[in-house]
Amino acid sequence: MWRDALLVAGKDLRIELRSRVALWQVLPVAVLSLVLYAFALGPVRHTLADAAPGLFWLAVLFSTVLATQRSFAIEAGEGTRDGLRASGIDPAGVFLGKAAAVAAELIALQVVLWAAMTVLFGVHVRVPWLALVASVLATIGLAAAGTLYGALSAGLRVRETLLPLLVLPVLAPVLLAASRTWAGALSGSVSDGVSWLRVLGPFAAVYLVIGIVLYGPLLEAG
Amino acid sequence: MDHVVLLRGAVALTGRFPALSGVDLSVGPGEVVSVVGANGAGKTSLLRTCAGLVPVRSGEAVVLGIDLREDPPSVRRRVGLLGHAPSLYDELNALENVRFALRAAGSPADRVGPALERVGITGRLTKTPVAGLSAGQRRRVALAVLVGRAPELWLLDEPHAGLDPGARGLLAELVAEAVAGGASVVFSSHEPELAGAMSDRQVAMAGGRVADVTEGSRRGKLSAVGEGGTHVA
Repeated sequence: MWRDALLVAGKDLRIELRSRVALWQVLPVAVLSLVLYAFALGPVRHTLADAAPGLFWLAVLFSTVLATQRSFAIEAGEGTRDGLRASGIDPAGVFLGKAAAVAAELIALQVVLWAAMTVLFGVHVRVPWLALVASVLATIGLAAAGTLYGALSAGLRVRETLLPLLVLPVLAPVLLAASRTWAGALSGSVSDGVSWLRVLGPFAAVYLVIGIVLYGPLLEAG
Repeated sequence: MDHVVLLRGAVALTGRFPALSGVDLSVGPGEVVSVVGANGAGKTSLLRTCAGLVPVRSGEAVVLGIDLREDPPSVRRRVGLLGHAPSLYDELNALENVRFALRAAGSPADRVGPALERVGITGRLTKTPVAGLSAGQRRRVALAVLVGRAPELWLLDEPHAGLDPGARGLLAELVAEAVAGGASVVFSSHEPELAGAMSDRQVAMAGGRVADVTEGSRRGKLSAVGEGGTHVA
């Protein structure tokens, strides 16, 4: 399973590096959304600073949908989905590999978004480890749930519009918990932030397990 | 093993739609079977079913001694399917595509170079993203995956489509080599004469069933051109 996961993640990331869809489409949309949020909230610094964690994770959330759609668009080419199934590769490995590739893209995206947020909103992280742990757990949860629902909608003709409809409500707890943890990391309130890690950790673990178990049947059904 | 493929009254569905409506077919070790029929007759469904990609709902379906209704993943690991579409990633080059496919199937990575060379994809073509290759060259890259995997059962869906005469000759050679290595081959075609010349038996399909079975002339042809001859026009 792990060997297959590495293989699929390497393949997806290599394709992404070649096509640069994440670089030229997903990343600009995420940064642009931050800029637009800043416009919408006005120039009052403390309003922007207060809203920053939520806006940051909202941008990450929408980027997750785009990255997931892209991840499954890779397999929408002529016969590639069949090719993957016909190879006899472990479906759990495919799930973990695709989720890992999406997670890697989301981590890179968060680095850029964090820099943009620092400039636009004038915020600084006071407890870096808390922000880092929250980012890692939230990213795993987003990538796992996104990949699972991506597989669910992959075989459907309406997948582009169906995926956001399915996955955004599911990801709402991550949005809430990651925003609150980051709020704690920005304000220096460690205890407030840590309590929300108890949501992020189990969410990531549960969706990883569900994905490993259900991805095979989903591929078969697709 | 008496039969590489044994289907008895096999019914398969693609989603809610019937793909096979009670197919009876057997393929022996080292046998080459061609499948002909009009569009929608069930040729592709038959091959995909044998590859473990279409679930069998009823009837008997055993491939390489494995019950397709119980363990399709084990079948997939041992058969090779060349689908109508070449199953390649456009952004990856030929080398990367074949390497990925072989690793995914658990085949040794050192077969990648020889496999590509065998199908005539060499030099700069190996480093060209497959989106930049012609349809025939993409087909050759897809064939290289089968050559590298060396499966026990080759399933080829309209393998002649889009191939020039040279590539058709190569395909005939690869089929002959696979059979010489102990594999069986089932392929579909819209060219009954060519298919008959390349196969031991020809199966005509209609409405998701086997409508007729006739003798092919592969062995006769091979004996006529001598040992190692693979001259199928």
